[in-house]
Formats: sequence, structure tokens, C-alpha cells
Amino acid sequence: MRDGAASRLEKGAPVRLDKVSFSYGEAPLVFDVEFATAKITAIMGPSGSGKSTLLNLVAGFETPQSGRVLIGGVDVSAEPPSVRPVSMVFQENNLFAHLSVEQNVGLGRSPSLRLTEADHAAIAEALARTGLAGKERRLPRELSGGERQRVALARVLVRNRPVLLLDEPFASLGPALRDDMLDLVAAVHAERGMTVLFVTHQPEDARRIGEHIVFLDNGLVAATGKADDFFTGAGPEAFRRYIGASAGHAVSRDVARKRT
Amino acid sequence: MAPAHSTDSRVSAGIVALAAIALLIGGAFAGLLFEGVHDFSGAWAAFDPYLLRVIRFTLWQAALSTLLSVAPALFVARALSRHPRFFGRAFILQLFAVPLALPAIVAALGILALYGRAGYFAGVLAVIGGGSWPGIYGLSGILVAHVFFNLPLATRLFLEALQTIPSDQWRLASQLGMAARPAFRLIEWPTLRAALPGVAGLVFMLCITSFTIVLILGGGPAATTLEVGIYQALRFDFDPARAVTLTLLQIALTFIVVLALTRLGANVVGDTNLPVAQRRYLSVNRSETWLNAMLIALALLFVVAPMAATVMAGLGADLGRLAGEATVRQATLTSVVLAFLSALLSVTLSLALTMARRALALNRRAGRKTMLEHATDTGAGFVLVVPPIVVGAGWFLLLRHVGDVFAIAPVMVVTVNAVMAMPFALRAVRPAYDAASERHERLCAQLGIAGWNRLMLVDWPSLRRPLATAFAFAMALSLGDLGVIALFGSDSVQTLPYLLLARMGSYRTEDAAGLALLLGLVCLALIVAAHWLGREKVRDA
Amino acid sequence: MRTLLYSLVSAMTVVLSGPALAKDKLTVYTYESFTADWGPGPVVKKEFEAECGCDVEFVSVADGVALLNRVKLEGASTKADIVLGLDTNLTADAKASGLFAPHGAVTDVNVPGGWSDDTFVPFDYGYFAVVYDTEKLKTPPKSLKNLVEGSADDKIVIQDPRTSTPGLGLLLWVKSVYGDKAPEAWAKLKAKVLTVTPGWSEAYGLFTKGEAPMVLSYTTSPAYHMVAENTERYQAASFEEGEYLQIEVAGITTTGAKNPLAAKFMAFMTGPKFQDAIPETNWMFPAGKTDKPLNPAFDKLVKPTKTLLFSPEEVAANRKAWVDEWLAVMSK
Repeated sequence: MRDGAASRLEKGAPVRLDKVSFSYGEAPLVFDVEFATAKITAIMGPSGSGKSTLLNLVAGFETPQSGRVLIGGVDVSAEPPSVRPVSMVFQENNLFAHLSVEQNVGLGRSPSLRLTEADHAAIAEALARTGLAGKERRLPRELSGGERQRVALARVLVRNRPVLLLDEPFASLGPALRDDMLDLVAAVHAERGMTVLFVTHQPEDARRIGEHIVFLDNGLVAATGKADDFFTGAGPEAFRRYIGASAGHAVSRDVARKRT
Repeated sequence: MAPAHSTDSRVSAGIVALAAIALLIGGAFAGLLFEGVHDFSGAWAAFDPYLLRVIRFTLWQAALSTLLSVAPALFVARALSRHPRFFGRAFILQLFAVPLALPAIVAALGILALYGRAGYFAGVLAVIGGGSWPGIYGLSGILVAHVFFNLPLATRLFLEALQTIPSDQWRLASQLGMAARPAFRLIEWPTLRAALPGVAGLVFMLCITSFTIVLILGGGPAATTLEVGIYQALRFDFDPARAVTLTLLQIALTFIVVLALTRLGANVVGDTNLPVAQRRYLSVNRSETWLNAMLIALALLFVVAPMAATVMAGLGADLGRLAGEATVRQATLTSVVLAFLSALLSVTLSLALTMARRALALNRRAGRKTMLEHATDTGAGFVLVVPPIVVGAGWFLLLRHVGDVFAIAPVMVVTVNAVMAMPFALRAVRPAYDAASERHERLCAQLGIAGWNRLMLVDWPSLRRPLATAFAFAMALSLGDLGVIALFGSDSVQTLPYLLLARMGSYRTEDAAGLALLLGLVCLALIVAAHWLGREKVRDA
Repeated sequence: MRTLLYSLVSAMTVVLSGPALAKDKLTVYTYESFTADWGPGPVVKKEFEAECGCDVEFVSVADGVALLNRVKLEGASTKADIVLGLDTNLTADAKASGLFAPHGAVTDVNVPGGWSDDTFVPFDYGYFAVVYDTEKLKTPPKSLKNLVEGSADDKIVIQDPRTSTPGLGLLLWVKSVYGDKAPEAWAKLKAKVLTVTPGWSEAYGLFTKGEAPMVLSYTTSPAYHMVAENTERYQAASFEEGEYLQIEVAGITTTGAKNPLAAKFMAFMTGPKFQDAIPETNWMFPAGKTDKPLNPAFDKLVKPTKTLLFSPEEVAANRKAWVDEWLAVMSK
């Protein structure tokens, strides 16, 4: 099953929410949207617009009241999170505090931590790839905030699932650090080509790595499109209002990509 | 409505635990009713005017005892939580688990050694009161004894609750320059308030079933609890039907009171969902430090003094000879083994119930609690008001045709004590499990860590400390048991409390005092050991 | 870890292990202090095993009441051949259970008031008495009336008749002296009662702790203190109305009726080898022939001027009513 997961997913899988409705007992959220396969899509929108809920529906932490969640064309609405071809990185609590870096990453390979030689090699490679070599035995509390999220990304690498969900994972990091992390995500994406759904509040994050944008407003998908279009003023009115002055003047993406 | 199968194993574990408990209690009732079915007259005769007076007194003393144990415990626990590091703190907490292990008669004699007519304080009290000191017989004696048992218990449980306050809140309070009083009102009280119904309910249940203490210190049959009636029905009259009737009455009364308590606290559900404090950011000023020190010292004095009296009495015994006696050594070993096993079972049951409750709560979200969730929540606590002698006698009747009752004696002692200790273990494990679950739930679901893997990799490491606490509590409680062993005890199964009472019954008062000391020491040693085993591994960063 | 496991396992083995089944076996149920190291049990076991060439197994429970209940709980499937340690207040109840068989022997026993019962045989007896502390009480009561009407400052600890045999003994004592006036007597006595304990142990513990100068116990209690502790501090008060008698008996169960050793044991029980052990191990008076003279300490004990005793049938018929009567007064 582990090998199957690894082999079947060289490329990203399409993610589609087919008239998915969901409610916490208030006004229902309705999502009907398809995400670009093997691309990074930034999901943006005001607080309470349903960004995290959308990710939770894809990840399987929430079950739709109606509609279907399709990943790779398969309806996964009834499947538990661990079975879905999805990895997710949260804003915090991505790691078990009592387990070492190596073990936390290893859990991505085997939930019982019974690891083979190949697994160990994959873990070491992932740690090296995320710049954590030499920190295998540390506990999460001995790491910086950025390093902790790197461990989470290392685990994403060893899990090797075709869909990656990022729920504001770098919101609490400083600008330079955040950029480093975004570049790491972009690099990982370039290698593995998974479909990335990236919830963020920061327009510059979306501009830095986002190829597509899904803009949510009031529990509905208000607009979708290419990131370039959104940031060059072709985006919907609500989006312009949301990002406000920061997007008032269009900045070349090349400049934005490399902050000095 | 998370996918159901991700939580199945936890819920099934809870159902298995509940079924085991239900089997234990239900089986006993069935055994008694089957035996008593041809004569129900005793059951109806139990309902006389005297019963009303007994009920009134039972409830009254239990309510007062609960109030007097729980209210000061709030402040003592807070004082202890405000000073997370001082010399002897850990030892104080360990001492606080000892009263539970003392048989009622030992505690009563310890208390009387201080406040009795011939007690150490009798002279002082006589001067204050003018004339000779009449002793504390009556309601006051009952209350002092019950507070002695339950104040330390409640303190420990409240402290556990306070330790779940997230460190961020303390940082915030410290940063806002929040003084002690607003910090209490805004940070500590909501947590304590959330824990209050549970702790008060537990203490109430312990007091409502009090028997030896109530009779000895109550001064006579004017102070009689329902439990006396149950014992009389089984011990003297051998009237199983009446014993069952009175037990059901006791359960019903407790249920009403606990329900009322839960209603009182229902609107404030403590939010223990955030990271457990690693470091505390406390700024305690000088005057508060003094006040806290006074509070802790007073509580310590109150709890330790009767124990010290027990120690003094015990030192008068020929300890060398006692320790050399094969009977004593055998009884010590038996006690430790039985208590160890029942603590193990008790903690397992509690963990299963806690996990099931959490899983059910997560699945339910905002909906109404199901019966199952209630059962894993408050329901399980009601086993405390089923007298062990009822369970023991019921199973005795049920099994006598099947097999050798002597062979099942140790099994009965272990299981009954495990179930009786379970409500304590539950209180220690639950907040920690819920807090850990809040941190790990999504991650575990995402990575597919469930069942046994989750228990070993995730839950065990984060629950080791509270589990050790629960284990120590359960063990202390089982160690002091006399209810089950009095029925099942024989030459082949002799525990320390049993031996103690036997010595008292043969004029060997000094031996009994020595055994009480030994019992206390064994209990303390076990609690220290449990604490040591459950300590967090300290790693240098 | 392994040593812990090992000790657990070995302890469980000890706890669970049954007796060896090599020789013929006699199972005797009795109360705890009988089989204790210092009780008559070890001597009795040794002597009888030598005589019969069999194994004696004692099973002990807390007290006489628990003993009867244990047998009732086990019912006809009980393992007990002999039940030893009931008193006359329990025998009517025990017979009614149908679990006991006639002993079928001529009993050569000597208890006050004589003995004739086809089911139970006495092995010792004693008198309930008010025991007092000579250092605390200079003028002990001379009669039950004296105790009832004396100063309320001189406290006594008694036991609850609902849960204890001595407690029931005092109740019967007062009843046999005061008859229908018992409630009035209790109403007066109540002021002197420091507290009512669930059992004898708790009461005697409070007494020796100095909580009260008097306790309800046995006339033989002072003998223990004289012989074992070499002190005459604790004495029994002699009451003009007489003392209430407690006779301890043994009987053969329906199980034991099939075991020839049971009848042998009953004969042995009333003989000198058993009876010699009684006074200084069980601290009661022997009910059969002894070879050794009584310890001189026993001569110093109070000798009742009159023996009071209700028949087992009277007790069985009235116990509930009398206890309720007591309860009504005492719980006011």
C-alpha cells in the first residue's frame, strides 16, 4: 500500500469539489470548484469565508452534507483522512512534541513507526532536502518555528501524496523566513508536481508561488483565475477590495520573487 | 461528523469497559435478587419512618463534608499552582494521596489522637471551651474526618485541572500586569469552575457511602447512613433483597445530587484545549506568597497531623518483630500485588472510558450527548455508591454453584477495587487526554495513526504523568480496602488492612498501630514510585 | 521488570494455590482471631492432625456473624465440614438455614445453665462485662442500674447491635434486666454513651486510646492485660443484676455429615487437648474438661453472681423488634 501510494503518484491529481455543502449550524458554505492539476493554487478570502473549511473537506476532517469531493476523479467523500491521497501542513501542532524530528518524519511512512531501510533512506534524504540534516534526534521544542515547519514539509516529502494542502503554515514566520519556506515549497512542487492548495492571507505569498487563485467570499467561491490576472487588476472587485492598497500598483512578478 | 471508522477502536474500547463494569455490578445485583426473590418482605419493610431520617442525615452530612472539603481545596490547589517550584512540594502532593489508603478506623483513631477527649489538643480545647473537652463526637467529628480524607484528594484534582491552563494565558496575564485577584477571576476560576462539579460529585459520593467514620465519630445511631442499613441487611440479617433496594435508593439519591451539581456547572465548560503549560510566567508578590504559604501550611498541618499521630502510635509497636512475622510479610506482599493489579485494571478502564468519551464528543460536535457519552462521562462515577460488600456478596451467590469461591476471591478483590478506584483515575486522566487529543487529533487522522499505534506512539508518552497519578491513586485506594476483603478474606488471602483489623480484634492494639504505620509507608512508597515512573524525561536542549 | 513480573506471578501462585490433597481433609470455617498465630488455631490443628492422621484446613472470616453469612452465601455447596465460632444468638438462624446436621453425640460439656442441643456443641463461653480503666475511673458502677443512672461524665463506648455481636449482647443484657422498661433505661444510658462503633475492635481501640473510661467487652478481657501485658489497669465491673452470657459453639454442616472426620473433631473439641488452649489464646472460659489448671489471672476475674441468657429462639423471634426499639431511643 505504501509502495502503491508512492508509485501511482508521480504527478499531481485533480481535486474537485462537486456542489459540496457544509454547515456548522450557521449559514451553509457551498463549494463548487475544480483546482488546477499539478499546479499551486492560492486560496484567499476574508476571515470566515470558509478557506480552512474547504481544506478540511478535502483532507477529510469534515464530511460534506451534500455533494462530492473528488480527488483524481475518485469520490473520497466517505473516506477517512489517512486514506485520502493528501498531505496537509497546519499552522501549528504539526509535530508530536515527544517524538524526535526523525520519528515525526518517519510517521509519514508508517503510522506504527516500523521503518525499513528504504524508509530510513527516504527520511534522511527528505531531511537533507529540507535543510534539517544533523537535527534528526532533536525534539520539536529544541527547534525554531521555521525548522518545525520544515520537519512537516519533510514528512510531506516522504509521504509523497499527489495533493498537498497548506493551511497558513507560515503565517507565524518572519518575512525572510517565510520566503525561504515558500521557495522550498515551490522547489518541492517543481520536483514532485503535486496539486497544491495553499490557504494564505498574504497577497505576496500568493504572488510568489501561486499560479492560480481561488477567491472565497461569504462561503462561496467568488472568483477563480490565474494569479497574474488577479494581481494585474483583472481580478474581481471583491478581491481588489480584500487585498486593498498592497495590490494597488502592479509590481512585476520577477521583482516580487526575489526579495533583497 | 468526522468519518466514523477513524474513531471506532476508541469507542469500542469504551463500550467494552462499560460492559465490564455493568457486568460486574449487574451480575452482583442479579445474584442478590435471585437469592432474595422468594422473600421481598424485608425490602418493603426497609421503608419505615426511620429510613427518612437516615436519608436526611446521609445527605446532610455528605453535603456539608463536600462543601468543607472542596471549598478550601480550591484555594490550596491554587496556592500550590502559583508556586510550581519549592522545596518539598512534590512530597506534599505525595503525602496528600496517603489518607485514601488508610482504613477508616486508622484515620478515626489518628484524628481522635488529636481532637479526642484524650487527644493532644484536648487540654487546649478544654481551656478555650471552658470545662472538660467533650471530644469531637457528632457531626463535627464526621466532618473533620471526611475533610481529612477528601481535602487532599480534591486539592490534587484541582491542581491537575489548573495545570491544564495554557502557558499563553499566563504569559498574557503577566504581560498585562494582572494581579492575583483578577488572575484568579479571569484565568484560574473558569478552569476550577469547570472541574468543580466533577470533583464535588466525587467527594459527595465518597461521603454518602461513609460508614465506619459516621458510626464511630457520629456518636451513635442518630448519625446513621444508608450504608449502615446495607451492611446490616447483608451482614446481620442476610436479606439480599433489602440490600439491593437500599443500594438502588442510594444510587438514585446520589444521581439526583450529582445531576444538580452538573447543572450548576453546565454552562461553563472549561476550554482545556490548548497546549499544556511547559513554563509558567507567574509574578507572585510578597504578601500573596505569605498568604499562599500559610494556606499550604494549614492544609498540610490538617492532613499530616493525624498521620503523624498514626506514625507516633505505630512507633510504639514492636516493629522489628512485626516485620519479621511471616504473616505480616505475606500480607504485605498480597496487598501490594492485589493493589497493583487492581490499579492496572482501574487505569485501563479509565483510559478506555476517557478515549471513548473524547471520541464521542468529537463526533457529536454541537449535538446532544448520547446515552453512551453520558455513560462514559458521569455515569461511570456512580459505581462509587455501590457498596463493595453488595458486589462481593452478589457474585459470591452467583458463583457458588459454578466453581470454587476461594479461587475467585483474589479476582473479586482485584476487580471490585479496580472499579471502585476508577472514578478517581478517571478524573486524573481525562483532562490530560482531552488536552493531548486537541493537539494531536487532526495529525493522527491525517497520518492514519489509530488504535494500538496511537496508544503507544502518541497517547502513552503524553499521558504518562497523569496515568501515573491515576495509578497511584487507584493503588492507594485498593491498598486500604476492607469492604471486599472482609467478605472474601480468608487464610489464603490476607491483606494488610485485614490483618490490622484482625489484630485489633484480638487485643493486639499495638500491633495494629504498627501495621497502620506499615500500611501508610507502603502506600507512600508506591505513590513515590508511581510519580518517579511517570516523571517526564528531562532532556538538555 | 522481569523480577517484578516474577514476584507478581509467584505471589499470585501463593494467593491462588489450593491445599495439597494427599491425606483425608477436614475443613473448618472459623473466625479470624481463632486461627491467628496467637490464637488457638495452630495448637488445635497440630493436636488434631496428630490424632487423626489427616489434614486440617482452617478458613477464617472476620467474626461470628460473617461466619454464618459466609456459610449462607456458599449454601449447600459449602466446603466447610465444621463451622466453629457461632454464638447462641446466631444458632436459631443457623439451624433455620438447613445447612447444619445433627451432631448425634452425647456432649460432655460444662457451661453455665447446662447444654442440650442436637446441632451445636459449645467450645467456650464468656460473659459480657463493662471493662473500665482504673486510672480514669475510681468508682466503677456496681450494677447495670448504677451504670444507667450514673453521672453522664463517665462515658462508655458500646457497639451497634445492628452490626456487632457484643452490641447485640448489651441490648439483650439490658432487656433481660429491664424487660419492658428497656427503652427508658436506654434513654438514660444514652447520655453516657460516648459513641457507638460498628464492631468490638473499634470500641476497644477507642477505650485503650483513653477516649472513654469504660467499654463494653468481656469479663475475661482483663486476663489478657494481666497475662500478656502484666498490668491490672483494666478491670471488669461486677454488676449486681448479673452478667449476660455468650456461649460459642460449633456445628457440623450437611457437607461435614458425609465426612467421618467431622464427628471425630467434635469429640476432640470438648476434650482437654482443645480445651487447654482456649483460656490463654481465645481469652474465654473452657466449655469442656481441661488437663491444666486455669492461669491464676482468671481467678482474679469477676465471677457473675447471676447468669443472664435468652434462649436462641427468643432472640430469633424478638431481635428485630428489640433492635428497632433501641434504634428509636438512641437515634432521637
